[in-house]
Amino acid sequence: MTTLITVRDLSVAFDGKEVVRDVSFSLRAGECLGIVGESGSGKSVTARSLLGLNGHGAQVTATTLDVGVDVLEATPEQLRHLRGSRIGYVLQDALVSLDPLRTVGTEIAEPLRAHRVPAAQRPARVQELLTSVSVPEPELRARQLPSELSGGLRQRALIAAGLALDPQVLIADEPTTALDVTVQAQVLELLEQNLSAGRAIILISHDLSVVERLADHVLVMHRGRVVEEGPTAQVLTSPQDPYTRRLLAAIPSASSRGDRLSDLPPATITAVPRERAPEAGPVLEAIGLGKSYRGPDGRTRPVVQDVSFTLDAGETLGIVGESGSGKSTTAWMALGLTPPSTGQVLLDGEAWTGIPERKRRSRRHRIAVVQQDPLSSFDPRWTVGRTIADSLSVGQGRRGGARGSAGSSGRERDRSARVAELLEAVGLDPAFAARHPLTMSGGQRQRAAIARAIATDPEVLVLDEPVSALDVSVQAQVLDLLGDLQSALGTAYLFISHDLGVIHHVSDRVLVMQGGQVVEHGTADQVLHAPQHPYTRQLVSTLPRRDLQEAS
Amino acid sequence: MTTLAPPLPEVEKPAAPPLRTARSSRSPLRHLGVALPGAVVGAVVLAALAPGLLAPQDPLEISLSESFAPPSAEHLFGTDQSGRDVFSRVIHGARQSLLIGLGATAIGLLGAMVLGLAGGLGGRLADGAVTRVIEILYAFPGILLALILIAVYGNSALTQMVAVGLATMPGYARMVRSQVLVVRRSAYVEAARTLGHPPARILLRTLLPNAFRPLTVLITLGVGQAVVWAAALGFLGMGVQPPTAEWGAMLNAGRHYIQQAWWMDFFPGVTIVLFTLSLTVLGRRLQQSTDAGALR
Repeated sequence: MTTLITVRDLSVAFDGKEVVRDVSFSLRAGECLGIVGESGSGKSVTARSLLGLNGHGAQVTATTLDVGVDVLEATPEQLRHLRGSRIGYVLQDALVSLDPLRTVGTEIAEPLRAHRVPAAQRPARVQELLTSVSVPEPELRARQLPSELSGGLRQRALIAAGLALDPQVLIADEPTTALDVTVQAQVLELLEQNLSAGRAIILISHDLSVVERLADHVLVMHRGRVVEEGPTAQVLTSPQDPYTRRLLAAIPSASSRGDRLSDLPPATITAVPRERAPEAGPVLEAIGLGKSYRGPDGRTRPVVQDVSFTLDAGETLGIVGESGSGKSTTAWMALGLTPPSTGQVLLDGEAWTGIPERKRRSRRHRIAVVQQDPLSSFDPRWTVGRTIADSLSVGQGRRGGARGSAGSSGRERDRSARVAELLEAVGLDPAFAARHPLTMSGGQRQRAAIARAIATDPEVLVLDEPVSALDVSVQAQVLDLLGDLQSALGTAYLFISHDLGVIHHVSDRVLVMQGGQVVEHGTADQVLHAPQHPYTRQLVSTLPRRDLQEAS
Repeated sequence: MTTLAPPLPEVEKPAAPPLRTARSSRSPLRHLGVALPGAVVGAVVLAALAPGLLAPQDPLEISLSESFAPPSAEHLFGTDQSGRDVFSRVIHGARQSLLIGLGATAIGLLGAMVLGLAGGLGGRLADGAVTRVIEILYAFPGILLALILIAVYGNSALTQMVAVGLATMPGYARMVRSQVLVVRRSAYVEAARTLGHPPARILLRTLLPNAFRPLTVLITLGVGQAVVWAAALGFLGMGVQPPTAEWGAMLNAGRHYIQQAWWMDFFPGVTIVLFTLSLTVLGRRLQQSTDAGALR
């Protein structure tokens, strides 16, 4: 088979700072190369170098950078021709990569136009492309705007645009990130079809389990270097480099229950474990919860229907489902922020919904939340320390709060000592108290958000997609932290995620939601190993195959 | 920038750290771009607070023998028809202009806050009503509104402030309303609610400061605009009455003698231009740094 891409000793530096160093690989027709690494590892920069897309600030050096033409020697004219016609590039994040004011058809026709395909032939080709990526009703979709399409359809439209000029190589940069698992599986299937049609693919992802489905060969990148490479099966089953091993261990899955995912030492938390009589009943109970909204046409639409569950002290209940399944609305009703249309929520056996907010307020410290996007959940004006102190001001007077009260300055000192303690408990240096969330990484922010949530010493913690915005390795650390905190504090978790792997890893019991209804309810192992509902089976089938083999 | 802070009580001080930007003003040219307008604004503020320190003479002292003297070492900006020192009058006029500028902005903001909050926090009906009121105020020519108010309530600094304040209010109100709508749905307000903070505390400590953050820039620009408005009213004879020194009124007085004594119009005019320009430049700079700080 012909070699399409040869790269030897590729290095890329920005302002003298090297972000990619000595990367070498080659790609033949019909092959799939996976490039894996966390954000900032240089995987996207490597891929962009193949197209000469790194911009003026980049110093690109290589002994060979051959993609059919020599990229380092090529004229801008040649590079433009190369993009699209020889190598198709599928950007990540379909929502921001598509022009919101142009129809999907126009967007896909753009590369055709740029490469001088006659206008008369373009509509037919667009239809053909949309059909080839299994978009239903291609004529209609081509006339729609990106905002009218679902995430999965948008991602397919992007792939269609990448395929427009029938390139020999397709580079897919995180093509499945931010997609629901079932949609993710469909997109991967689509790429697989392309592969068997003889196209070569470079698949970039932070998630090894995505790459393992398609790639023949894997490069693992860490801090700009390739730390491990080899045939996919070999890298996954007998990883040589410690970083690869860490990355593999970080994936929460069927076989990882009860294991630590990261290699960080367990958090040391000094707290008095919660005392609670065993006969006290569930801390949180939902009975026949339902919520419907009136649409613009005056019809009421149910978003959540008849959801019931109980959450015992110190236990984790996972709610899994894709976007639009009603899991977040359920969480918001549990928090008493969205009043349910039907049914009710009991907190500690007492009515939590259906009462005025005024009566909830004094009990709010018992139930806390960690939101999906930690950055937007912080007041942008406040430092992390102030945010946590604000939370402490609510939970004070409970456990451990009443230490030497030597006037207000003494309380102040107490408070900042508590903030430092909390930051340490979530694995952050107390110096972070003076930082603004904007200057912190995603993982650090989420840790700070957890510190804020546990500051009030809640009995129930609602975690709404707490790790879905994080890289696999950071996700592993946060999940470990949550586990440590739960065993030290005895907090009950209501854990919401679209990722069955994560849910299975953390949960004692699982609720599977689809279209606003609970379709399955059971212990984590029951749901994973003996799924009853077709939708659950579909979810399970999207989990990495390796795990299921191991687990069975 | 800092020179503006003391006389502006309603400005929510943008917390120092978020102003840290990647491209902090290192180059000398960028430095000058802040220092120069800063110096102008500082000088005007000083003139307003303590005119006696800067002014060489009494602005009201009449000396007919010295009337229409051109600019010289003794009279930097020349003298007017009564022989009063124009330089001293420009300095003493700063207080009036600044007072009306700040007062009008404060009144405009206060009104905007009430309207914007009612619209942003009230239900659909309240919001509809507020939006209509804002639109009507927008449609009404500001200067006409000011003239009517002065005609009805007589001529005083307070009337001028209220008049100019009302004219600038709809712009602020629109901003406040849209900001409140955004911030009240933000995840951090939700987080504050889950803590069980009472609504008043969330309103004062989280919602208002964040909704007002983008307004700080607009306020800086607005003060400059209000100063021009005040001068315009003075020019039309609706401002403070002679012989009190006021920039707009000075322009009006000099109008008659422009052939013989250009300096009577030139210097007050240049002062107005420089002052408002400086405020605008500072406001823009503030905007750039807050934009960079808020970059997500």
